[in-house]
Amino acid sequence: MDHLFRADMLLIILGGAVATYLTRIAGYVMIKRFKTIPPRVEAGLNAVPAAVLTTLVAPSALTGGPETAIALLVALVAGFRVSGLTLIAIGWAVAMLIRHFIL
Amino acid sequence: MFIDDFKAGLRRIAPIIVSAAPFGVLFGAVAVQHGMSTGEAVLMSGVIYAGASQLVGINLFDQHLPAWIVILSILAVNFRHILYSAAIARHIDLLSPWQKAVNFFLLTDPHYAEIERHAQGGEPVTFGWVMGLGLGLYLPWLAMTYAGCVLGAFIGDPKSIGLDVLLPVYFLGLVMGFRKRENWLPVVIVSSLASMAAVKFVGSPWHVSIGAVAGILAASLMPVKPGTRSELGEG
Repeated sequence: MDHLFRADMLLIILGGAVATYLTRIAGYVMIKRFKTIPPRVEAGLNAVPAAVLTTLVAPSALTGGPETAIALLVALVAGFRVSGLTLIAIGWAVAMLIRHFIL
Repeated sequence: MFIDDFKAGLRRIAPIIVSAAPFGVLFGAVAVQHGMSTGEAVLMSGVIYAGASQLVGINLFDQHLPAWIVILSILAVNFRHILYSAAIARHIDLLSPWQKAVNFFLLTDPHYAEIERHAQGGEPVTFGWVMGLGLGLYLPWLAMTYAGCVLGAFIGDPKSIGLDVLLPVYFLGLVMGFRKRENWLPVVIVSSLASMAAVKFVGSPWHVSIGAVAGILAASLMPVKPGTRSELGEG
């Protein structure tokens, strides 16, 4: 690591920052143009958190190896009872047990 | 007043700091392992402040792709923020325009989820509260990025200590937190299938946008219950 900042990396960091900030304000700017929300648009917006967060989870079951898939399944079931750090600890423990003692 | 709300926001985000911290460390460590300087990694955490997209950015930079493709991929991973900022528009009437602008800079998955939860509980979303919530995660994120850069040289394989499993399990927990919402099950099923198909046939990071749009379309195509009052409307 013989550099502090590189021009091409700076371009990506600052370009990525502008792009990211645009995603953070664009929805607000767009929704303020409507005065009332059609019911189907509202149903869609209410689905946003589950829909988006699911896409950060489900593909890991395919790409993260069998131990990740099993850990996610266990956490899915446990998620009806516990949440937060307890849930993370359960998922992590399942994956680590399989990874170090079975695989 | 401000300071009380600020402290309340801090208390709300505190448990999330503990679960987000490993990802800050993970990002810093991965960044250094991919040849980024500590300055670049901390700057990236400071101005982009969206962990998954930062990791995508590093991975793509490593493949020597043109800058605009890397930036577009960062945009794709962060596209979900558009939907978050639309969804919280109805909850932030107490903020002035510049306060909204600052709040949107700090908008992340848990930040969004906690504002929704706070507003659904009938609590006022004040500037002090969102600053406690937002800075309570932002500043530790920078510190953890720096710690990750320092530690990066010592972590051989993040998988051997299970760092890679924390992120999906954490997001799974957030998904489960929304299970009382209307259309939750069909949305989760459609988004799961669409994002898994997309990651196989289209490739990362597009599975995020494709899966999300599929789930949202599914929800908007479900039969609308007659007589439900609009939650999003202004009047």
